[in-house]
Amino acid sequence: MSDPLLSVRHLCKAYGALKVTDDLSLDVATGELHAIIGPNGAGKTTLISQLSGQLRPDSGRIDYGGRDITRLKMHERVRHGMARSFQITSILPGFTVLENVAMAVQARSGSSFRFFGAAARERVLNDAAMDALAEVGLDDRAHRIAGPMSHGEHRQLEIAVALATKPRLLLLDEPLAGTGGEEAENLVALFRKLKARTTLVLIEHDMQVVFALADRISVLVYGRIVASGTPDEIRSDPAVREAYLGEETT
Amino acid sequence: MSANTATAPAKALPPRVALRTWVAIALFAGFALVPVLAGLIDDPFLLVTATRIVVFAIAAMALDLILGYGAMVSFGHAAYLGIGAYAVAILSAYGITDLGLHLLAAVMVSAVFAAITGGISLRTRGVYFIMITLAFGQMAYFFFVSLSAFGGDDGMTLGRRSTVFGQPLLEDNLVLFYVALGFLVALYAFSAALVRSRFGRVLTGTRENRIRMQAIGFAPFPYQLTAFVISGCMTSVAGVLLANQSEFVSPAFMNWHRSGELIVMVVLGGIGNLTGAIGGAMIALLLEDWLSLLTRHWRLFFGLFLVLVVLYAPGGVTGLIRRIRGGPP
Ligand SMILES: Nc1ncnc2c1ncn2[C@@H]1O[C@H](COP(=O)(O)OP(=O)(O)OP(=O)(O)O)[C@@H](O)[C@H]1O
Ligand SMILES: [Mg+2]
Repeated sequence: MSDPLLSVRHLCKAYGALKVTDDLSLDVATGELHAIIGPNGAGKTTLISQLSGQLRPDSGRIDYGGRDITRLKMHERVRHGMARSFQITSILPGFTVLENVAMAVQARSGSSFRFFGAAARERVLNDAAMDALAEVGLDDRAHRIAGPMSHGEHRQLEIAVALATKPRLLLLDEPLAGTGGEEAENLVALFRKLKARTTLVLIEHDMQVVFALADRISVLVYGRIVASGTPDEIRSDPAVREAYLGEETT
Repeated sequence: MSANTATAPAKALPPRVALRTWVAIALFAGFALVPVLAGLIDDPFLLVTATRIVVFAIAAMALDLILGYGAMVSFGHAAYLGIGAYAVAILSAYGITDLGLHLLAAVMVSAVFAAITGGISLRTRGVYFIMITLAFGQMAYFFFVSLSAFGGDDGMTLGRRSTVFGQPLLEDNLVLFYVALGFLVALYAFSAALVRSRFGRVLTGTRENRIRMQAIGFAPFPYQLTAFVISGCMTSVAGVLLANQSEFVSPAFMNWHRSGELIVMVVLGGIGNLTGAIGGAMIALLLEDWLSLLTRHWRLFFGLFLVLVVLYAPGGVTGLIRRIRGGPP
């Protein structure tokens, strides 16, 4: 295997006596879609938060692109091509959909210490933002205020914002949660398309989606990776069946 | 795409932006006509009141820049009024009377004070930010109280107003009024451009959702600090004008009541709205004048009025206008 894009070693994070990340090690290869599954409260979101830099681990090390990023802040990691979506929607509610995404484009296109010139009129920002919106299928609602939109639309917007940062590594925390029918199908189709151009870490409860999309799957239980492998390997792993899949898939 | 969500016709820009600007222009035109009105009804005091309103409109607008657009509730902003006022008093005492130099000194000292105190205050948020800016404001207040060479607690009367190119032009109340109005218009134009710029968008984005901004690659601190410094400098310009208007400076310009009054103006006008801040300053000062004529206990009624505004018109006057026009509150 080539050098992994992301390599996590002996990561630990505890809240009081609760070890939410317990000596966790994980490799994500360049170009793969790596799914992380596990029961509620297993520590999946906490792991993503540490990978993205929102949370600082108690100990352990995270390498990204061959470089130790354990101490980099979230915004610095984004500059190195890491993006995440939030399980609980996190948008700029008073901004329009377009402005939400254009903001992410602005972050990587030139200085934002510009005090004159209306940002809303900058073609470079808006065009790139519209491209990202078109990918998630929100381009027809670009000028609506984001806050009052539906839950499903918020999920799509989350993805568009993450895409607009042009990530090399995209961390998606339950992107399908709460979306239904056509919206979910569109997003799954989008993830399939994204696999060709970025590395993805996907947290998802929908096992059908996970087994259809993932190149590799890691199973997280009580802060530990209990199994890691191809979908076939995971499906036939007796420990996994017992610990997790047993109840969920039947 | 999803056909079941009926889409409202896409509007490129919300019309509110244009309306605000028109209201501001109308306000400025109204201000410009005040001297004419004062002449007609032969009331020289009207001009004095109008000058004070214009000066406080500058300060309220400056505060709204960080409070409304940046969610930084500075409870120590009167310090910058004081720094501006004392720049006039102290330099004049040393024979430097030029308005340009007064402004330069006021802005430079304010920039340094804002950079240091803002840099520390911005390590906190919410109530802690309010408390720490209040503390810094009071430190500035007590510093000037202890400056006995410049009147200490009592303050000092200015011998004369700032000069322009060596000429005592500002001695004429009419000239002072139009100079103040000129600053208000210029700083409004500057602020309006600022909030719509890339920089302004980062500032408002951080107000909306700080974590989200970090998650797309922004570090909020440098933007917030820069805005804080700009706001402090603008407020000090109001301080320079205030000293000239009252021909008197005192630490009372910068105690925490004053800072509170500035916040009240912003809230009355509707936070996050530059035009509103101007309106807020106008309403607050006029109401104060009017109520204090009616009763000695005017502060009580002013407080009552504030409570009513916050309860029933949380968007201030601008929110009220928007509601009457049928927009979102
Ligand atoms: N800030 C916190 N303080 C204390 N405990 C926390 C905190 N954040 C998370 N936890 C706990 O850590 C555990 C893991 O939480 P986490 O959100 O990472 O789980 P998850 O795998 O994402 O779950 P879900 O599938 O429900 O999203 C949970 O027991 C949770 O209650
Ligand atoms: Mg979670």
